[in-house]
Amino acid sequence: MYQISNIPHGSTYVSTLKDPSLVADIEFKDVTKLYGDVRAVDGMSLTIERGSFFSFLGPSGCGKTTSLRLIAGFEHPTQGGVFIGGKSVIGVPPHKRPVNMVFQHYALFPHMTVAENIGYGLRQRTPRPSKPEMARQIDEMLEMVQMSGFRSRRVWEMSGGQQQRVALARALINRPTVLLLDEPLAALDRKLRRDMQIELQTLQRDVGITFILVTHDQEEALSMSDRICIMRDGKIAQSGSPQDLYDRPVNRYVADFVGKTNFISGNVSRVNGTAVSIISERGQEFSANPSAGTQPFNVGGHANIAVRPELIVIGASTASTEDMHTDVALKGRIKNQIFLGEHTEYLVATDGIGDVLVLSPKHMEHSNGGFAPGDTVTIGWKNERALALVD
Amino acid sequence: MRFYSIAVYLFLYVPIGIIILFSFNSGRHASDFQGLSLKWYGKALSNPFVLEALTSSLIIAFSAALLSSIMGTTAALALQRMKGPVKALFDGLIYVSIMIPGIVIGIATLIALVTVFDLMNPLLASLWPEGEKPLRLSLGYASVIAAHTLFTMSLVILLVRARIEGMDRSLIEASQDLYATPAQTFRLITLPQIFPAILAGFLLSFTFSFDDFIISFFVAGPNTTLPIYVFSSIRRGITPEVNAIGTMVLGVSLFLLVAVQLLLRSKNKQKTNIVASNSSGE
Repeated sequence: MYQISNIPHGSTYVSTLKDPSLVADIEFKDVTKLYGDVRAVDGMSLTIERGSFFSFLGPSGCGKTTSLRLIAGFEHPTQGGVFIGGKSVIGVPPHKRPVNMVFQHYALFPHMTVAENIGYGLRQRTPRPSKPEMARQIDEMLEMVQMSGFRSRRVWEMSGGQQQRVALARALINRPTVLLLDEPLAALDRKLRRDMQIELQTLQRDVGITFILVTHDQEEALSMSDRICIMRDGKIAQSGSPQDLYDRPVNRYVADFVGKTNFISGNVSRVNGTAVSIISERGQEFSANPSAGTQPFNVGGHANIAVRPELIVIGASTASTEDMHTDVALKGRIKNQIFLGEHTEYLVATDGIGDVLVLSPKHMEHSNGGFAPGDTVTIGWKNERALALVD
Repeated sequence: MRFYSIAVYLFLYVPIGIIILFSFNSGRHASDFQGLSLKWYGKALSNPFVLEALTSSLIIAFSAALLSSIMGTTAALALQRMKGPVKALFDGLIYVSIMIPGIVIGIATLIALVTVFDLMNPLLASLWPEGEKPLRLSLGYASVIAAHTLFTMSLVILLVRARIEGMDRSLIEASQDLYATPAQTFRLITLPQIFPAILAGFLLSFTFSFDDFIISFFVAGPNTTLPIYVFSSIRRGITPEVNAIGTMVLGVSLFLLVAVQLLLRSKNKQKTNIVASNSSGE
């Protein structure tokens, strides 16, 4: 695997972040963006910390790209304020904002060489750097993204990954306070995408500037970001660290978006401080920890219990809750089995709650001997590890 | 079906083929082929009337093409930003101006110009300083150029519009993002991107103007363009000289049309290459 961040020793690449007089965070204050009647962004407030790797995550049409474009200046909020480094940028056109963007399809200028593309931002500077100075900076950037031999190449002569690097270099050469990335890896194949994710993360740590990523790929967001903002219909569904979102989702939407989860839905039967119980559609009662969401649970109201596949224990058909050290024991039949190396993934058909996904670690497989499709099994989990969620 | 299509093609192209063939005729008469020779080309190109008409045609075609490329491009850029019924109206008008028969444009332009001249000339005369010959507006180069620009401009608008719409919008945004002012973005990104279409529009306008007979016939005044010359000399009988002129005009037109095609295609190819490489790995 290659490394994208190859900042040479003695490099002059010093991000503006190291200058303490500049504040580089982004702030949205009650931002609304309307397209006709459609609320693309709906009363959104958030703060993005300096030097962090921040992601907007959500399905298409959730407002994540609009949010990014509001920062870049391609869109202007219908209401509310956008602040870059503490200054309002309402009415400031894109070419006067200290941010740079890597576009989804890179948007490299096809009539220019790689070097001309990378130097484009420098050309527009006043005063314009001298030719040798520009050439030096371009070479430095090319070296940083490991594309030194590609100076005079044409854009269309390069592969997707190479174009991606040029696009990164073209943005970073301007030493922006914030780098915006609009689904930059979506056009790459799976293997290359994995490599580039690691490279981007390393690069962000090395240059130390704020990266703001827009993606619909939860895996990408989880693996790269310091903080993630999950969006739904122009609003923030939940914002937090990847760990927070995975372990403490505030509602079913977030839990469903981040990682794989089993849901049992039903009506709330009992609520106390530490547990919420629901009656499933088949009349069975399940209990779980209430989530930290803002919406309260009401007896009789609709709610879900979420159980992550890795929290479910799988045992022989004769196993009881005592045998498995669980609070729940459900009989089922294995429908499907996928071997994943460290884990084995089972799809278990149960009578009570339908199909359940179970992730069984290798050491469990050794102790219980493993199962095959068609086997009758018992699955179970501890109530304290399950999470009750509103929709 | 096959037979009919062959018949149609023969009907279309045989007369043209005959003109080309007979332009190389060494005999005196257009209909009596006596052997290959280039002498009529020589005759045509040394005929002062032909040369004068050719010069007029070239001046008119070049000016009209230049004007329509500039005005058509600015119009296309403006139209692209418009929305709603106004845009639809202008779009419609562009197609209408291409569809309107040349004879209508010819007559309409003639009437309009003559009316304006009749109004303006006494006015100019009264405003002119004593003792000097006042400027008199009359039909001439300017009127033909204006009439030609009128309809070739629509061609430029259509070509440039198509190119702008096919252009990746994010290129403009990328340029803005990289600190370029709107003027710099236009000069460094938009113009180079749409330039092939502008050039194609220029060449197409040139061809249309150079070949045009009907409109020129109405508004040319005392000037003779090449098609007008051909028309008037045909009244004295079809000579191999006329065939030679026709073949030369055809040659120039075909050359320009091929150039237009190549211009419009080469850029498309470039674009598909980028898209293709975007989706492939390293």
